[in-house]
Amino acid sequence: MRAGLRFFDTLCRRSSAGKNRFIIVDLTNLTIDEVSGLLGERKASAVEIAQAHLGRIKEKDPEIRSYLTVASEKALAQARAVDEKIAAGQGLAPLAGVPVAIKDVILTRGLRTTCAAKMLEEFVAPYDATSVQRLDAAGAVFLGKTNCDEFAMGSSTENSGFFPTRNPREPERVPGGSSGGSAAAVAAHLAVASLGSDTGGSIRQPASFCGVTGMMGTYGRVSRYGLVAFASSLDHIGPFGRSVRDLAHVLQVIAGPDPLDSTTARVPVPDYLSTIEDGAGSYKVGIPEECFKGLEPRVGDNIQKGMKALEKLGCKLVPIRMPHTEYAVACYYIICTAEASSNLARYDGVRYGFRSAGYDGLRDMYKKTREGGFGPEVKRRILLGTYALSSGYYEAYYRKAQKVRTLIARDYLDAFKEVDVVLTPTSPFPAFKIGEMVDDPLAMYLADIYTVTASLAGLPGISVPCGRTGQKYGSPSLPVGMQLIGRHFEEASLLQLARAFEKAGGFELS
Amino acid sequence: MALSEKDARYVAELAHLELSDEELKIFVPQLDSVLTYVEKLNQLDTTGVEPMAQVTYPAAENSSLRDDQARKIFDSEQALQNAPEQGPGYFKVPQVIEKE
Repeated sequence: MRAGLRFFDTLCRRSSAGKNRFIIVDLTNLTIDEVSGLLGERKASAVEIAQAHLGRIKEKDPEIRSYLTVASEKALAQARAVDEKIAAGQGLAPLAGVPVAIKDVILTRGLRTTCAAKMLEEFVAPYDATSVQRLDAAGAVFLGKTNCDEFAMGSSTENSGFFPTRNPREPERVPGGSSGGSAAAVAAHLAVASLGSDTGGSIRQPASFCGVTGMMGTYGRVSRYGLVAFASSLDHIGPFGRSVRDLAHVLQVIAGPDPLDSTTARVPVPDYLSTIEDGAGSYKVGIPEECFKGLEPRVGDNIQKGMKALEKLGCKLVPIRMPHTEYAVACYYIICTAEASSNLARYDGVRYGFRSAGYDGLRDMYKKTREGGFGPEVKRRILLGTYALSSGYYEAYYRKAQKVRTLIARDYLDAFKEVDVVLTPTSPFPAFKIGEMVDDPLAMYLADIYTVTASLAGLPGISVPCGRTGQKYGSPSLPVGMQLIGRHFEEASLLQLARAFEKAGGFELS
Repeated sequence: MALSEKDARYVAELAHLELSDEELKIFVPQLDSVLTYVEKLNQLDTTGVEPMAQVTYPAAENSSLRDDQARKIFDSEQALQNAPEQGPGYFKVPQVIEKE
């Protein structure tokens, strides 16, 4: 960056040919480090960066549809507050002026929080989620709320009660889900970073479909206070970014104990950025044989290349067994639907949300409200969960699944005696076409095979871009994601390894 | 068949869902295929395996409980702002107690 710099936002992409004599900085193509650098050197203001993003959202989002609510006023007010602090000579907060998007299942005070559900179409949150409050305190600028599957139930964002989101890399395809809007917004440069939620893969899978990075910390690492509950023993909030460093910056701010969530762990949060450039060192990376059986080569080829790249960086690849992997999807869908059926009992048309008209008495009001307010996937999951918890089936389904959950967690404990990290594909296939799988819920559930095991065991996981599908598998060439799973509270190792991979890879997509 | 239409109607009743006939026609086979699939868990012998209800890790006893102190988050007006029907300081619901 030099003196005499001028900024263009939407123009700059076209002028990269170099005809312009000014140095062009695209304010919508920044990392968090770059935002801090520009603000610190006063080469751009937070308002300019926010406006550049709001402008790009206006231009691009009518096609992609990643946002449900664009919070222009709030964003500009937050950005102005950042600029005032800079003008007053105060130090920069860790995320000062960083434009972020927030999945619409996370409460934002004074902003509509719909969970992409008709049930909560008009709901305005009376308080901030802890992660949102921490982002705000760290100087982040909230561009808006992003689309997702209704109540975070789905793997494609097609279950949104409002509209599907398109994959910015290939508009005929889904962005993945359930945090599809948060992934798409980051991939399309409609935010620098975003928050998503992950219950069985809802951050990692859309990150892989959209060619960005996404991370779920250890269960208890990030507060769930203010995350609308889907399956409480599995729900997480976590970040998306276009780089691994950006994930670390956001995780640093949102991680840590919270008196308002008793499941947050009293485990100190290390300084993630201080070790992130330490290289892949001599990590032992476990390769579970079960995760590669029958894997489509268009994904497998890239993961193999990714493994070789890690080996080159000094990692040791160790074949391991995870014998209960094939039971994970069955286990997960019993537990998550059981918890969902209980959590979603609160939508009764009394305290908030939709209430149906034309009912006869209280019970009928409940039934008509829930019939009219929930979409098909939410109803399916409530039915499944209610069935699994009902008298006569509790032992056979729910209790059995809880026991299998123990076995899946033990697979990891055993693996981590030999290796530091477990590597798998994030998804068995890349982004599929909109509408391709909507009629087959079981097929959609089975696609969660690589992500649900870490969720069940409460382990941290990250998805990093691992190239695009090869030309020989036809066009379009689609992003592939590689997943790394670590020990409890070892997010720092995942970030370090993922960063080394990203730096060395030639796998960067953005 | 793991799930009959009658089962589905019964479960819907438990869950306070009023499903239409068309919905049932779509849901019953879909739910049946999922329930048939999850039966694969029965292939595993889980005798003596502890059920896992929550993710656990080593920690001090009660380390995650906060002090039991009242704190103000928002007032009743804010609590009522999203209610579909409200009166001053309360949520309105349909009549619950039947008249004689």
